[in-house]
Amino acid sequence: MDDMKQVVLAYVKNEYLEDEDEEINFDTPLISGGIVDSFSMVSLKRFLENKYKISIPDDKATPEAFDSVNRIVAVVREFVK
Amino acid sequence: MSHFGAYEDRAKNFSWDISEKELGYEPGDPINIGWYCSDRLCQMGKADRTALIWEGMTGESRKYTYNDVRLTTNTIGAFLRGLGIQAGDRVCLFMDRIPELYLGFVGVLKIGAIAQPLFSAFGEESLFVRLEDAQTRAIITTRKHVGKVRRILEQMPFLEHIIIVDHDGKRELKEREVAFSLDTATPVEKLEIHPTKAESPSVLHYTSGTTGQPKGVQHVHYSLISQYLTAKWVLDLKDDDIYWCTADPGWVTGTSYGIIAPFALGVTQCVQDIGFSADNWYRFIEKHRVTVWYSAPTAIRSLMKAGDEVVKKYDMSSLRHLASVGEPLNAEAVHWSLRVFNMPFHDTYWQTETGSIMITNFPGMKVKPGSMGRAFPGITSTVLDMKTYEPINERGRIGLIAVQPGWPAMMRTYWNNPETYKKKFVNGWYLTGDRSSIDSEGYFWFAGRDDDIINTAGHLVSPFEVESALLEHQAVAESAVVAKPDEVNMEVVKAFVTLKPGFEPTADLELEIMNFIRKKLSPLAMPQEIEYMPSLPKTRSGKIMRRMLRAKEWGEEIGDTSTLDNE
Repeated sequence: MDDMKQVVLAYVKNEYLEDEDEEINFDTPLISGGIVDSFSMVSLKRFLENKYKISIPDDKATPEAFDSVNRIVAVVREFVK
Repeated sequence: MSHFGAYEDRAKNFSWDISEKELGYEPGDPINIGWYCSDRLCQMGKADRTALIWEGMTGESRKYTYNDVRLTTNTIGAFLRGLGIQAGDRVCLFMDRIPELYLGFVGVLKIGAIAQPLFSAFGEESLFVRLEDAQTRAIITTRKHVGKVRRILEQMPFLEHIIIVDHDGKRELKEREVAFSLDTATPVEKLEIHPTKAESPSVLHYTSGTTGQPKGVQHVHYSLISQYLTAKWVLDLKDDDIYWCTADPGWVTGTSYGIIAPFALGVTQCVQDIGFSADNWYRFIEKHRVTVWYSAPTAIRSLMKAGDEVVKKYDMSSLRHLASVGEPLNAEAVHWSLRVFNMPFHDTYWQTETGSIMITNFPGMKVKPGSMGRAFPGITSTVLDMKTYEPINERGRIGLIAVQPGWPAMMRTYWNNPETYKKKFVNGWYLTGDRSSIDSEGYFWFAGRDDDIINTAGHLVSPFEVESALLEHQAVAESAVVAKPDEVNMEVVKAFVTLKPGFEPTADLELEIMNFIRKKLSPLAMPQEIEYMPSLPKTRSGKIMRRMLRAKEWGEEIGDTSTLDNE
């Protein structure tokens, strides 16, 4: 679980964080905080699906459900066998 | 009672003089949008009126009166002049929706420089082609986005100044960078406003073309005349309104109706620099008692998707007028807003090139859900036969939407590209590139684009630009990009690619290519889906048949394939 959190956090930092000084944690708002926009969310979802060999239905990949690393991990855990 | 009244009364004897008189403008006088958005309001006794209420991502907020707008824009203008920026120079604004974007835009105009706003999510390639084309002399940006400028700096000897508005001193400024802060700068009480005239260039907005690089749509200060009146009559903005335009000033709605018109009308406008969520948006309306809300179909459909229960948690009773722009507003969205807000969203139709609203649903007019509405008084609009370019008199037949040139906010040229500009006019009509029909009551009904441009969430994306960028990825041999239908965004980008030898069509490679485009161009341009193909359909002369791929996505007839190379 903690490993998954770290992996997702690292991916978000590497891929989406523009400001190199900005610090984010597991609860930082990603969508409502403007770090990941709704278009980029598609690539984040694709990363999770590839990485964890799962398929996340669109109705589970909402801006609210993807709004922090903690929330994302909770969604992923639903689908990881 | 709306400002607009009855359509026929307004259309009869219409003249743009109405707007000129209200603004106190006489032909031949200087006209400077920056002055109209700040100093004039103070001279009219509105100095203490709240002009801008802003909320940021981390909960911070700021408020500016019209006197604050006057002073801050003076200060920005003076700072730019101090750097040597002169009238006619291009100054890019490359920021999220922070107050400095709005105030910087006005400050640039006050000194007669040309404001070039660019969407802050643009990647470095998108940024570079636009700055290079405009030979931009200065860019105003933030720590968050300056990295993209730094990465392409060596290719931009013309860019003399990089102004960072939130420099905190933690890191050293680099080559050509200078810090500027509204918090610490000494307010400039008096600034000599540059005496721009009606035809002086004001704003340069870049828009996507079907082929070739993005085009710089150049507007002039006289655009104010139609931006002011359309905002007054269509958005029905009144003195005591609290107005929220959700558009980003990186695009034309965000400047014409997100800066120029509301400030020139002296209303209070709210800005939220927070990512989308239904709760956030409704909370914002409730908190600020927003009365007039100008949004976009994608956002409206996202709110619909969030469900009716969310909206019930908030007090929406302050709202009195709703309007929409960017893509055709589907009938379901109008029915939904009637049910949820007890009033319809009024669709408005216009483009970066038109600068102001062309065809629209007016307050008080019968709204036909799914229709674009009727032409604004003073706008002569029709549909043209797609072969002869003659007006179609037959009701209900689809043709090209065309407008007779001559309204104040019409673009004056494409920057560095007069040939393409000329091609936008045929038989004395400006061709919008959109298709529609007109019914017996003069209502326009959108039928689609006349080219391959992709309209995703109200933003135009050029397939050519994405295809070119795809070819820069090491694995991609060939590419074709088309629009794919999407429930929320209307269309999204889909790419078809063939791979170079040695690359396998894996899911990881697909993600890698998606991210490559996202960073290079923008999240909007990122293909939401990539389909690997053994080969792309081509004509015998070797041209990729994009329309076949598009037809496949839309479940349409493929049409004539006689030129297809079957080899």
